[in-house]
Amino acid sequence: METLSALGDGFAIALTWQNLGLALLGCFLGTIIGALPGLGPSNGVAILIPLAFSLGLDATPALILLTSVYYGAMYGGRISSILLNIPGDEPALMTTLDGYPMAQQGRAGEALALSGVASFVGAFFATWGLVFLAPQLVKVALLFGPAEYFALDVLAFATLGGISSTNQAKSAWAAALGLGIAMIGVDGQTGVPRFSFGEVHLYDGIDFLVAIVGLFALSEVFVFLEHRSEGSGEAKAAGMKIGRITPGWKMLKDCTPTMARSTVLGFVAGVLPGAGASLGSFISYSVEKRLVDREGTFGKGDPRGVAAPEAGNNAAAGGALVPMLALGVPGSGTTAVLLAMLLALNITPGPLLFQSNPDVVWGLIAALFIGNFMLLLLNIPMVGLFVRVLLVPPKFLMPIVAMVSFVGIYGISGSTFDLLVMVLFGVLGWVLRKLDVPLVPVILGVLLGNAMEANLRRAMTISDGDWTVLFASPLSLILWGIAIVGFVLPILFGKAVKRRMRMRKDAAGSTSD
Amino acid sequence: MGDRAFGAIGLALAAFFIWQATQIQTSFISDPVGPKAFPIIIGGVLGIASLVMLLRPDPRPDWPAAGPFLEIAGAVVVMVLYALALPVAGFVIATAVASGILSWRLGTRPLTAALAGVLISLGIYAVFHLILGLSLATGPLGF
Repeated sequence: METLSALGDGFAIALTWQNLGLALLGCFLGTIIGALPGLGPSNGVAILIPLAFSLGLDATPALILLTSVYYGAMYGGRISSILLNIPGDEPALMTTLDGYPMAQQGRAGEALALSGVASFVGAFFATWGLVFLAPQLVKVALLFGPAEYFALDVLAFATLGGISSTNQAKSAWAAALGLGIAMIGVDGQTGVPRFSFGEVHLYDGIDFLVAIVGLFALSEVFVFLEHRSEGSGEAKAAGMKIGRITPGWKMLKDCTPTMARSTVLGFVAGVLPGAGASLGSFISYSVEKRLVDREGTFGKGDPRGVAAPEAGNNAAAGGALVPMLALGVPGSGTTAVLLAMLLALNITPGPLLFQSNPDVVWGLIAALFIGNFMLLLLNIPMVGLFVRVLLVPPKFLMPIVAMVSFVGIYGISGSTFDLLVMVLFGVLGWVLRKLDVPLVPVILGVLLGNAMEANLRRAMTISDGDWTVLFASPLSLILWGIAIVGFVLPILFGKAVKRRMRMRKDAAGSTSD
Repeated sequence: MGDRAFGAIGLALAAFFIWQATQIQTSFISDPVGPKAFPIIIGGVLGIASLVMLLRPDPRPDWPAAGPFLEIAGAVVVMVLYALALPVAGFVIATAVASGILSWRLGTRPLTAALAGVLISLGIYAVFHLILGLSLATGPLGF
């Protein structure tokens, strides 16, 4: 009951006119960002972090604004999956399987509304799960010493690629690159400069916001330049009939058991390290197909095939917040961006956050509930407006994305040097994407690098230089064990899992294209 | 450039990183680990991962042909010049020119692109500076 009263306090913080207004603005902007071609939750929030930061908002209002944008972008991403058969991000991939066929049958409006409801159900119950599970995990985390935290950091990197990762060498490479970038600058413990080549600008290190905006947002501009001659989906969206925009009661009733099962599966997948939202939606879809697809309608526009992955991936997104808030270790790209947001506001997530800044944690969780309701209310009647957004041609949108990125970074530091570093990261991001090297471990490395090193050195100082301290406690042995299993399993099974995800997509795609 | 070339570059980077780490000056007060050990471990991971890529490469990615490749290089040049020009020319002028060029290269006709550049610049200036009060680069003309 302690938890519920804390949540009540959170609502008291979130329910002011200013915060409600920011939540509404964030939900609206977020849905647009999610719907826009080429922008998703990670890069959309990445562009807005420096802006929120330089606007000088307090921590809690800024947090409410940005989480609303994040949730909104998750909602908005499904619009292009359903209407254009182009998933906005990887978790939305499974939604295209039945969503696009429904749209082709003239039931786009129903599919959009149903997926909105399913997203709401998934996110709503996952947020309740977060409310009750996070404080329990905090109790465990309070037993952690520096050695355990170091092992936990290793675990986060080892499992980041997830079970569907095809090339663990590339994940490891990306993580090492990010950690290496974090090492640039003056060493926090001894005060000596490292890797700064006498360049004064590098003494402060590389600002992680510069790296994130460059890697996520600017690289997107280069990708568009590369493919500019190939047609985009504008014409398709213009010709698509939306149809009725409310789901029938019967459809909702049919989908209720599906949504319930998918929410539970998605939440569990989100909490576990290395699973994340993509696996959440994949498992939900596969299980539902096996359980309820008696007439073989999945993949041909079955509403349950829309409800399952949407409930699953939104529940997983909520579940992924549990380790991020309670341990300070994100397990996916989108939670890594949220971690960046917290760090930019000078808030370090982890067990101590629940004790020292309960207002921030519970205000944030209350904001998630409020944003979720707002999104449901915004999305059903206004979906037609958001569909229009798909018509914005990238040739105007991409220059805006680039310029807003520059504005945000310039607003923080006013330094030309940072802008040049950002461009460099943009090019790096493009090259890495071409080579199939994941960007998320780079970001996580830049974010966690210094804390990870500090934990290692603290542990070693306590043990007076004895390296075995890292494996001394049963807790840290368990963490190392999970890390090793999480890193090795994808090498053995990753290709098979990925192939099955692709196969399902191709099998459905061949009938619809 | 495929995975092999990339792995080779990675190896060189790892070697350079480790060498630089050994060059870090240590002061007389230090913890048992010191500022060198962790970077050396990272360099080691980077090297091993590069070696794996070198020995077991994925299929080569489709690099763009010369045309799109030059487009990207051009965009990089525009962005670098934009970053350098911002404090000199001021936000509105620099942004109008840069976003106009980007929009033109993304397939807008030149006149429309010039107009789009001006509108994007004024739009961002209005929203972020006039409404939200963010400080943008000021040029000789005061905007």
